[in-house]
Amino acid sequence: MNLLPASAACLALGTLACLLLRRSPVAARSASLGAALLGSGLMLAASAACLAGDAGQAMVLPGPLGAAGFSFRLDPFSALFCGLVSCIALAASVYGLSYASGYDEKAAALGAFYDLFLLAMALVPAADNAFSFLFAWEAMTLSSFFLVTLDHEKASSRRAGYLYFVMSQAGTALIFASFLILWRAAGSLEFAAFRLAGPALPAGAKSAVFLLALAGFGLKAGTVPLHIWLPYAHPAAPSHVSALMSGVMIKTGIYGILLTALGFLGGGPAWWGGLVLGLGAVSSVLGVLYALMEHDLKRLLAFHSVENIGIILMGLGAGMLFSSFELPELALAAYAAGLYHTVNHAVFKSLLFLGAGSVLKAVGTRDMEKMGGLIKNMPATALCFLVGSMAISALPPLNGFMSEWLTFQSLLSGFGLESAAGRLGTLTAAACLALTGGLAAACFVKAFGVTFLALPRSEEALKAVESPAFELWAMAGLAGSCLLLGIMPGPVLRLMHAGLAPLLPAYPLAETPDLAAVGILGTVHPAVLLGMLAGLAAAAWLAVRLYAGPARVRRAPTWACGMPGLTPRMEYTSTAFSKPIRLMFAFLYKPSREIRRERMDQPYFPGAIHYSTEITYVIRERLYRPSVRTMLRGAHLVRGLQAGSVNLYLGYLCATVTLLLIFLIGRAR
Amino acid sequence: MNGCAMTAACWFQPLLLLLLAPLIQGCARKLKACLQNRTGASVLQPYWDLLKNLRKEEVLSETASPVMRAAPYAAFSATFLACFLVPVLFTASPLGFAGDMIALVYLLALPRFFMALAGLDAGSAFGGMGSSREMMISSAAEPALVMVLFSAAVRAGSTGASETAAALAAGGPSVLGPGLALGFIALFLVALAECGRLPVDNPATHLELTMVHEAMILEHSGRSLALLELASSLKLTLFLTLLANLFIPWGMAGGTEPGAAALSAVAFLLKLGALVVTLSVVETSTAKLRLFRVPDFLGIAFVLALLGLLSEGILRLGL
Repeated sequence: MNLLPASAACLALGTLACLLLRRSPVAARSASLGAALLGSGLMLAASAACLAGDAGQAMVLPGPLGAAGFSFRLDPFSALFCGLVSCIALAASVYGLSYASGYDEKAAALGAFYDLFLLAMALVPAADNAFSFLFAWEAMTLSSFFLVTLDHEKASSRRAGYLYFVMSQAGTALIFASFLILWRAAGSLEFAAFRLAGPALPAGAKSAVFLLALAGFGLKAGTVPLHIWLPYAHPAAPSHVSALMSGVMIKTGIYGILLTALGFLGGGPAWWGGLVLGLGAVSSVLGVLYALMEHDLKRLLAFHSVENIGIILMGLGAGMLFSSFELPELALAAYAAGLYHTVNHAVFKSLLFLGAGSVLKAVGTRDMEKMGGLIKNMPATALCFLVGSMAISALPPLNGFMSEWLTFQSLLSGFGLESAAGRLGTLTAAACLALTGGLAAACFVKAFGVTFLALPRSEEALKAVESPAFELWAMAGLAGSCLLLGIMPGPVLRLMHAGLAPLLPAYPLAETPDLAAVGILGTVHPAVLLGMLAGLAAAAWLAVRLYAGPARVRRAPTWACGMPGLTPRMEYTSTAFSKPIRLMFAFLYKPSREIRRERMDQPYFPGAIHYSTEITYVIRERLYRPSVRTMLRGAHLVRGLQAGSVNLYLGYLCATVTLLLIFLIGRAR
Repeated sequence: MNGCAMTAACWFQPLLLLLLAPLIQGCARKLKACLQNRTGASVLQPYWDLLKNLRKEEVLSETASPVMRAAPYAAFSATFLACFLVPVLFTASPLGFAGDMIALVYLLALPRFFMALAGLDAGSAFGGMGSSREMMISSAAEPALVMVLFSAAVRAGSTGASETAAALAAGGPSVLGPGLALGFIALFLVALAECGRLPVDNPATHLELTMVHEAMILEHSGRSLALLELASSLKLTLFLTLLANLFIPWGMAGGTEPGAAALSAVAFLLKLGALVVTLSVVETSTAKLRLFRVPDFLGIAFVLALLGLLSEGILRLGL
């Protein structure tokens, strides 16, 4: 059954209903989330049907006056992304059932743009011609822009939205340019024609298409150095929208890169893979390094999206590298690792953003320095956030471990490459991945520890209450998925292979065995690891109990160096926790600090001490700021031309006409 | 020998490591004491400490959450599980199929993650300081560790610890090369950092400004402390085992024939003893590094491992 039109209609109707019901916030919210749940459910069913072999999931709307119309069709590759979008949309919508009530004065705007955003995001991978693709792409950008600026009273939201808008439009322009080259070669806007014409392009044009698409889609994905909008835009939106943006919207960039590089162009020279691998390595290390310096919980998570996009790109880049050396088995394993991490990141990052949303609602701030001790009042939220933190830190047996393990396997098998540069490149990338893993664990010890453990650092944190049931269900569902995706790599890999089939028609898509994941150089059996971990912990507990009897525990205050009592001011803060890393990477952060002491009469008992520290964002300062400054200087120079006098403008007109006439006469001779 | 005996012998290996772990720690302490002209406690002292701590009442911070009580069990079980992935006396390991050396690196991150959380949990500044420093050191150590283990793995063409050890044991003198020596030194440096030994961290100190690992577990007592101590001595033993079996290629038994097994046990104990002596000498003769020199120290380990890997590459594949 063709479910795609039903799903699209459902989401479109949801958008309209919200606009009609704008007088009643409760009705608008229910209509929007009801339509979102139904529409995403249908979309998930359509994707599942497509992956099961039903090629009939399509929607074609004729265009006016013979122009290109809308054409959407699911193939297994797009179904993979559509299905991912709908799964996360389901979780975010369930979460929204209680969370969105906090935005009731803007319920109609939130509801309408939310449904439109979901619709556009699902249609991007489903698009079957360039016109539909770009239309859905722009709809996705615009609806998310309005969601980012939902709190438009705040200057920070407006700034974040502006930056997002400018960067996104630049990215779309690059994608347009890349599609224009393909359109000229193919003579049609249909993707089927692109697929035929792309591989036949001359090498230079091919590389131009690839580079334009990599920049355009990489901007949406948030790769360094095009990531600067991401850490501001994602936290500004309501948390369930942040979860969607960080979890799945940036993945449409990954979809676009794969679609162009493999689907349209059929692969390319080795330097394409090397470039993607390098971008991935730089993004992952810089993303996690900047995340470590954040004490805004949602911005910390947003920087981790940059890191994880980097890990995904490392897998995909290694795949492209192996493809160019004609090593199909290795390439397939690397692509599958990249896609596996795409799915995993979507699940654990949306889980973490939803958890951050609940915390934000309970404490009323995103600043981690004002949190602490939340595990006592919000144990279930804390447990879900802990699962997400462990997954993103790639701890076994959760899903992040599985995909990073596979990425490691692919990178290390680059040791057998024919070219010395390829060997060195993949090994360096593997070292970057290891560094990223260690730093990510440090960052999430900080994020979880400072937010949920020890003493509350503010009154609000002390009085926090547990999240409502809908929010907990959504988070528990995602946390469960983290575990399932981690211990069942076999079925997931088979799904990834099915998704890769349309892109890599000539590749040996092997069946992977159940449960165990077989890398190129080794095996891992995460379900066994999980069983053994649980078993050994239980055995240790039992053995200790048999030897020493039941635990005798006495509660006592923490030792505070002889001071009368422990206060939150004595705790390690987020800034303090990351200080060793700030100093270790001082060459990158260029940190500055200011210490101000208030003078007191007695020299031995100082008064208040103010401490503030800042880091420099090298890419913003060295890359963006100079170019913006140059642009502004240029604009300043040409300002004289536009003085506002009508006589002057008439003079310009006159001069232009005269020049054109001279030019025409000159040509006629 | 039948398969059953082989399996039993295999599963005996991690238990052997568990039983040996306090002894290794005791020997290291005794040797250090001798080198410093002290008498030192008996080599069996860690066993008595362990049993005493297990029986003692546990004093738990009022601010602590369940994370603090769960952390010792998580730390112990993950460290012990890591012992099931490595070959000890025989080239086969009981759960080698369930995790290779990359999985081992990640498995060892699990105890650290929970211990660091528990360090923050009590709300004391010491715990936070220990956690923060431990996470920094480990994130600098991880790239070096991965490179070292991979430089061992390329010899066997497999990241499995058993396959790597088997290839090394079977290769005889032909495996000897610069890669082996460089890898050995690199892994030794990483082991010093990972197990909190001098010159990176001092396991004997409780001076507030110098402790790293000890600061992190400062608030634990009773059975929690016993489990954490056991986990950290187990980790040291595990690293020494890796050094012995992946980089000193003599004496490992392929099967469970009694003669070969006995020889293998003797060889293993000798290698372990030599490593403990080396460790004690290194610890006695070096001063603790400043914290911000530690990344340089681990950078050296990383570069040595990378050089070892490149030399393997050049020998194997040409430039």
